[in-house]
Amino acid sequence: MDNNNKDNNDRRNFLSKLGSAVVAGALLSPVVSTASDLLMNNEESVEIKDFKGSVESFLGGDYTNIKLKMQDDLRRALKKPMKERKWAMAIDLRKCIGCNACTVACISENALPPGVVYRPVIKEEIGMYPNVSKRNLPKPCMQCEEPPCTEVCPVTATYKREDGIVVIDYEACIGCRYCMTACPYEHRMFDFGEKYSDGLPAVAAYDNRPSFEYDKEWDRKDKDSSPIGNVRKCTFCTHRLDQGMLPQCLTTCIGGANYFGDLNDPDSVMSKLVSKLNVYRLKEEMGTEPKVFYLT
Amino acid sequence: MKKLFYILWGVAFILGSIGVAQRFMYGHELANYGSRVVWGLWVAMYIYFIGLSAGAFLLSSLVYVFKIKMFEKVGKLALITALVTLLCALLSIWFDLGHMWRAYEVITRPNLPHSMMAWMIWLYSAYFLLLIFETIYAFRIESGKDDEATKKKLEKRLRILATIGIPLAIAFHGGVGALFGVVAANPMWHSALTPIFFLVGAVASGSALFTLIFAFFWENKNSEYYHNMLKMLAKIVLVSVLFDLLLEWAELSIALWMGTPEHTQGYRQMLFGNYWFVFWIFHLLFGVVIPVWILAIKKNGLAIGWASFLVVFTFIGVRLNIVVPGLVAEKVHGQALAYIHPRLAYSYFPSMMEWLVGIFIVAFGIGLFYLGNRYFKLTKDTNSIKA
Repeated sequence: MDNNNKDNNDRRNFLSKLGSAVVAGALLSPVVSTASDLLMNNEESVEIKDFKGSVESFLGGDYTNIKLKMQDDLRRALKKPMKERKWAMAIDLRKCIGCNACTVACISENALPPGVVYRPVIKEEIGMYPNVSKRNLPKPCMQCEEPPCTEVCPVTATYKREDGIVVIDYEACIGCRYCMTACPYEHRMFDFGEKYSDGLPAVAAYDNRPSFEYDKEWDRKDKDSSPIGNVRKCTFCTHRLDQGMLPQCLTTCIGGANYFGDLNDPDSVMSKLVSKLNVYRLKEEMGTEPKVFYLT
Repeated sequence: MKKLFYILWGVAFILGSIGVAQRFMYGHELANYGSRVVWGLWVAMYIYFIGLSAGAFLLSSLVYVFKIKMFEKVGKLALITALVTLLCALLSIWFDLGHMWRAYEVITRPNLPHSMMAWMIWLYSAYFLLLIFETIYAFRIESGKDDEATKKKLEKRLRILATIGIPLAIAFHGGVGALFGVVAANPMWHSALTPIFFLVGAVASGSALFTLIFAFFWENKNSEYYHNMLKMLAKIVLVSVLFDLLLEWAELSIALWMGTPEHTQGYRQMLFGNYWFVFWIFHLLFGVVIPVWILAIKKNGLAIGWASFLVVFTFIGVRLNIVVPGLVAEKVHGQALAYIHPRLAYSYFPSMMEWLVGIFIVAFGIGLFYLGNRYFKLTKDTNSIKA
């Protein structure tokens, strides 16, 4: 009985709020109606059935898997000169289940030591327990078009490649960590040379596994061999990209929440996705023009 | 007393050397800063020492540029103080680098004109050279080896160097402040007041260090000169400490009044966080209230010396409170719990190795100054040049 009353009250509150919203909406009619139309359309596309349809519409031809289409997009882009490509990533937050498979795959791919992570997943809880919902936000490097981190480097060790990916010259970085303070997304990490097996009787073999970033084998021989003592960051897996392979985080994602491609190719999956309205970027107000887009 | 000093210095040097050995053997592994609080004690020490150097240098300009008679006898003392503290600063930041042996790259491949850090490095390199030449000239003139004509020529050169030194010292220490000020991603640092705050802090701490040295180590403590000079120095310290406090108030009150979380998170940590006492007790009580009270009412050398000691000693707290609270706030909400690891924590307290290296740098500076003073007799009354 009590529950029913509560439900009724809630319903009444909701209806009265809706009523006021409608009145307010009528007063501001043209603007609000356009905005709400957009919102309605957007919400409709959230339905899984419709969403699947929308992705399939990008595939065309004989593609049965969107990853294969993106791989072809990637190889097509590689035929162009480097400066004509603009790599970007899109992450569909509706599909991310927060499993951290990308985080782990990235650590494995780049042989990251403890405390260095290129792709954390921020998990935000909304509401009060037990009535909560959750939002997952994977956070790779934003590969800003206007990167504040490269500007501050005293020795030009970090720079934006012609295809827009921000990289670090491991052999030049002096490890001053100024770039880490300048990144508005706190993406950059310092390699302290720690090992997972620190404190154990023997060093585990996986701790000495080299990293293959920037198409080179980086051995962790001693505390002075780069990337130990360097600042490190996500590179969209340039070592894979340049060989025609998609970034590791994307291939691992079990929900297929990641998209990758060339923004300068209007036929790429990437361009088609980010030209829609349900897209936002982190801290856009800073003018850094991130090339990681979140789909909502 | 002297014996106690030797023992204390010896202990500090040995302990410090252990820290330095650890730093060389284990790299950064034993340090407590991480990828969130990326800078710690050593960066704070760097801006602290470099401020002391700029402050002491500006004092030396009073004699070599403005020809203020009173400062004639202490010109070289100020120059050597500036040189030693600059070396301490360079040592601090050198230990902080991830790749110490690549430090030369800042000269061979600088990111000019974009990087404020590159500007700062080039400016202090110029300042370093200028300081060395100025010191050499000052000593040469004093030595009495040259005839009158050469001496005049040298004096002119010294004055030109010292004159260039003023804008250079302001530019390079302003540059250190600007290094923090230009970081738009950090609202606590990103203020036009930051470089000014650094400069005023440099004058306050640098003049206090100089006053401390003068008060305790000047040999002829009974002369009228000693007392007049101390009174003058006490005034400089008092005014600059109060002016620094005013700037601090401006920065804090503007940020906290509106209370925008992004802007105030760091300040709230500084004022009410785990290390609240660094601001309230260490800096405000021992670094401002007590010394200001002493300097305002006491006129004897010992009291002025101790007040200046308090200002200098506690100023490291001001520097730490610029570096650390600016970094303990998340820049993206939820980041603190996204991946848990001590290196990704938004908290910082220096490790034993960091403290030991810090002690080494201080012992190194004191030792160098002691040797310099013993060799050049900087604190002797007779030692003066005609400016």
